Amino acid sequence: MHRNGYILVVLTAITALLFFVDLAVGSVSIPLGEVWSALSGGPVSDEAWRSIVREVRLPEALTALVAGGALAASGLLMQTLFRNPLAGPSVLGITSGSGLGVAVVMLAAPVWSSFLPAEAAVTLAAFGGAVVLLLLILLADHRIGDGITLLIVGMMAGYLCSALVSVLQMASAASALKGFVMWGMGSFGQVTTARLPWLVVPCLLALVSAFALAKPLDALLLGDAYATSLGVSVHRMRRITIGVTAVLAGTVTAFCGPIAFLGLATPHVARALLRTSEHLRLVPATILTGAALGLLCDVVVRWGGSGLPLNAVTSLLGVPVVLAVLWKGKRWARA
Amino acid sequence: MGTRMSSSFLTTEALTVGHGREPLLRELKLELASGKLVALLGVNGIGKSTLLRTLAGLQVPLSGRVLAEGSDLHRMSPMDRARTVSVVLSGRPAAGLVDVRTLVGLGRQPWTGVFGKLTSADQERIEAAMDITGISALQHRQVQELSDGELQKVMIARAVAQETPLLFLDEPTAFLDVANRVKLLELLRTLAGEQGRTILFSTHDLQLALEVSDGLWLIDHERSVWQGAPAEALSNGLLERTFAREGLRFDPLTRSFHIAR
Repeated sequence: MHRNGYILVVLTAITALLFFVDLAVGSVSIPLGEVWSALSGGPVSDEAWRSIVREVRLPEALTALVAGGALAASGLLMQTLFRNPLAGPSVLGITSGSGLGVAVVMLAAPVWSSFLPAEAAVTLAAFGGAVVLLLLILLADHRIGDGITLLIVGMMAGYLCSALVSVLQMASAASALKGFVMWGMGSFGQVTTARLPWLVVPCLLALVSAFALAKPLDALLLGDAYATSLGVSVHRMRRITIGVTAVLAGTVTAFCGPIAFLGLATPHVARALLRTSEHLRLVPATILTGAALGLLCDVVVRWGGSGLPLNAVTSLLGVPVVLAVLWKGKRWARA
Repeated sequence: MGTRMSSSFLTTEALTVGHGREPLLRELKLELASGKLVALLGVNGIGKSTLLRTLAGLQVPLSGRVLAEGSDLHRMSPMDRARTVSVVLSGRPAAGLVDVRTLVGLGRQPWTGVFGKLTSADQERIEAAMDITGISALQHRQVQELSDGELQKVMIARAVAQETPLLFLDEPTAFLDVANRVKLLELLRTLAGEQGRTILFSTHDLQLALEVSDGLWLIDHERSVWQGAPAEALSNGLLERTFAREGLRFDPLTRSFHIAR
């Protein structure tokens, strides 16, 4: 088998292992054998364990798996789209845009809830926020065309969204505020089994689309002009990629809050493992690496019921990767 | 459409090119004969790149049409156009982490399926393209490690692998040393002569262009384009007038400019 084939197999195995570990750790300690029985429907010594594993830990682990993969894929798409190794949903303010959308729905508009289910409203708002921010960044990219300036524009847009969220918070009721503040800290644990399909289905559809984008994304590595000459409708392709990216980043942000660094850092880890920018290989490797990192973060968050904030963990993992990218700039920066 | 049999592969009808509302070259009636190597000459900023990019379908004309075998190049589907014209642009492209073989393989994109999977026939074409451009030995190197001259050849190999009847190159000899310039133009000769490709390249290398080209497109100071054979441009003094500057003297024998003393 090809070297990259082994890497994908190993990544899959690591992800599966971390998934099981994530089910086994938490504030209540449950023996490994009992976790397995609870999952497979075998006999367990305490029926409460079964519901803990199945109704609390399983949806959380699935959320970490899907959210990690989705954020990583959105980071990869954005890095190729903007030809910028430091692009990612949190860095370019996309998650802040989603945050503003969610804040509007959760704090300012109980009106929505009368004709839309809350999950759909929140998801759509986060998606809309992500789209608006992405279009803004794309416009800035078109006008300025300079990577560092683009990052600054993204950060400014992010600050602006955060400021607007603060204004909304001032004017909203305490009960609505609590939910929003909880959301803002980031967590994989807020998605119940019933809400899970609202997260999983859009993300899976977008991830499948990412595979279909692999070929034109490869052409885009050479720049717009060469991509056009290779038969890619660059503008159409841009719009589709933005849509897919917004679904990925927006949906995850709607359900898990703004999560830092996973989207930015993971594609670099995958590129370093595979030593290629070819998307047909990079997309699956990035998704798997993201899923594994999402699960790893969740394991750390729940280890012995420590309850660390998710964003502290993703930042601790992500910041060294970003620094390594800058350090090795010459090799990776052109990726 | 496409039924007209003529030796002109590419023609333009009242073609006006430029940026925004600013026309650079107006009402051009140009012809590229099949299997010929043609040099595009003119001073800096006169509109060579813009014309080349417009002919290649990378930007739309302000008015008029570009016809490849009778079909409007700007109305073709992007895929059909990519099977008709390939380009090598000036400057070093950002390419990410890819090796030479993969980059040349991108040239097969107009011919592959949804996921860009390369068949053994595609692989053969990629190898042939690397072979004719003399880069087979580089095939496992990372693109970012290549020198400008090497990367230039890789980008040409990619265009060759694209298997288009038309090939446009924007200043392919810039940044190359003399030996490499000569080799590169020999390569273009081979691609036109042996493979029957129709090639247009812009250059500032008058001497070499005059030696290897079958024809010239010369953009003069009035921004009109003169088409003809190199010998004709030499004998009618047009080259001299186009590039003449105060203090420069053109020597038709050496086909080069000298400082007038």
